[in-house]
Amino acid sequence: MAVVEKPFPPGDYDVVVVGSGPGGLQTSYALRALGVRHAVLSADEAPAGMFQRFPVFERLITWTKHDAPFERGTREYEWYDHNSLLADEPESRALVPQLMDRTYDVPSRQEMEAGLAAFAQRTGLEIRYGCRWEATRREEDGLVLETSDGEYRCRAAVFAIGVTEPWKAPIPGVENARHYVDTGSPEDYRGGRVFIVGKRNSGFEVASGLLPWASEVVLASPRPVDTARLGRLAVRARYLNPLDEYSRGGAGALVVDAAIERIERRGDAFRITARGTTWPGELMFEADHVLVATGFRTPLLDLPDLGLATVSDGRVPALTPFFESVSVPGVYFAGNASQGSPGLRKQGLASNSTSVNGFRYNARVLARHLAETRFGVELQRPALDRGQVLPYLLGELAHAPELWVQKGYLVRVVSCNGAIRDEGIVPLEHFVDAGGPDAVAVAVEMDREGTIYPAAYVRVGGRVEEHALPPHPARLFESDAHRRELASLLHLIPALRA
Amino acid sequence: MDGGSELVDILGRLALFADFTRPELEAVAHTVDEEMFSEGQRVLRQGLSGSGFFVILEGQAAISVDGEDRWMLGPGDFFGETSVLTGDSPTADVIATTLLRCVVVPGPEFEQFLLARPRLMYRLLQAEAHRLRTAIEWRS
Repeated sequence: MAVVEKPFPPGDYDVVVVGSGPGGLQTSYALRALGVRHAVLSADEAPAGMFQRFPVFERLITWTKHDAPFERGTREYEWYDHNSLLADEPESRALVPQLMDRTYDVPSRQEMEAGLAAFAQRTGLEIRYGCRWEATRREEDGLVLETSDGEYRCRAAVFAIGVTEPWKAPIPGVENARHYVDTGSPEDYRGGRVFIVGKRNSGFEVASGLLPWASEVVLASPRPVDTARLGRLAVRARYLNPLDEYSRGGAGALVVDAAIERIERRGDAFRITARGTTWPGELMFEADHVLVATGFRTPLLDLPDLGLATVSDGRVPALTPFFESVSVPGVYFAGNASQGSPGLRKQGLASNSTSVNGFRYNARVLARHLAETRFGVELQRPALDRGQVLPYLLGELAHAPELWVQKGYLVRVVSCNGAIRDEGIVPLEHFVDAGGPDAVAVAVEMDREGTIYPAAYVRVGGRVEEHALPPHPARLFESDAHRRELASLLHLIPALRA
Repeated sequence: MDGGSELVDILGRLALFADFTRPELEAVAHTVDEEMFSEGQRVLRQGLSGSGFFVILEGQAAISVDGEDRWMLGPGDFFGETSVLTGDSPTADVIATTLLRCVVVPGPEFEQFLLARPRLMYRLLQAEAHRLRTAIEWRS
């Protein structure tokens, strides 16, 4: 039997990436492309992270269109394929649609897992599997990660560990109830009364899956379902048929706004006591099964002991615009946990960092930032002629997948500091807060009514001004009207005046 | 902590939410977003659209106009409501001067948040009245 040498033995590295899900793979790919020496460690035995096991009902909610106005493998096509990771070489791009049949426009869990495995294999990413990160400590100017294989020293660590640890809301008696991840087979619920705590994606997913089996499904949590808000999310709200049934007075499903006060075992069944949050009074439910779908947390291990600040009941790390902990320098996050950098949240719109479509771009932004600020890598900033700036930025507004996926969050920046340069994709928050030479940033944004419109941020003499451009019913942001408006904004920057 | 979350406990100690029952506080905790800012990070931006209503849970922040610090804020203080209510951009920056922990209601959700909670609206009005009086006394 051949002995396969594992890559990345314990030792010193510039960066250590923990995790081999989509966040870890994309980060490692981007760091490698920039020449940053790093190790990738994974407790798993294969790539794909959470998609080896989730979602429970095996169907994702993020689209991949088989055919689109743009060829597969082009950058523009990425907007139509929210599940493939990003690569420079054509043969490693748009892998997920190649593995999907046309039954759905969203992949199955197996198709997603296969797509990620294909990415790792085709790009030749090296990963040390079966190596579990177990503890962390600070040492001089870096970090030490203690693992099942030994110690790794690094100047920066990127944790791409998902938001995958089952989390139960602190409700008395909750220990008697199963978490979403332990739902098991739908047949187990045949004819039973099911009470689900939680009304977000996983709550509705499991309710939907059990509707054909259970005699009654009750979904309850303190916060009402805001269908208008769901309509504005970039990731589709699927699985809303229980809400649909309830709204129409259907008998099979109840959707209740209530704080759960306690869950008590009564023989083989449960009694749940709840108190209304949008209506006064108390309600009691009897159920044969209680499922807790209150979400997940980032498995942070001992990082909070180093002073790592978190939000949402300790579930998500609090991050800067470049995904570094707000309280522990050198600790970065990629993947789903990059949601800990909320951005400006203009109009209340959250980033799209909780799904692959958004965090694949965050990983690139993070890699460029690490390479430049910590390892002195000179980033490519292609020079532009003055006459190129307008058509280039209009094209970005019309088709840049980064801007369309991460609305109001990531921007394309062109700076004028002597030469006119393409600064790449950066967080909007960084552009408006960090100062710098005269520059323009363009973004795609969405207002509170759900209207999508282009926006430009013009920095002159260190001062940033924001300009909303008109929306377009067919979203043609390269129209003559947009050309004229953007041209007049570029005119505000002395170096761009003809 | 009778089984509830830490955020619910902290909210319950703030004057703004003094009239709230525990289930009402839980609903608030599920409705607001929690954000943390590093020292020096901007929270609210003078002249840029799209703000929210912020309540400080821990840490300190400075209100700064045209780069000059005018006022310090601490736990229990809130900001951002003026620009949300008037629909204009903030007239000042708010900058974290320590690690800062806040809850935030995004601007577009603020009206509904208040209308659903008349007692909170009354407390907020009281606080605004105090601010107005202080401002008038300063001027005279």
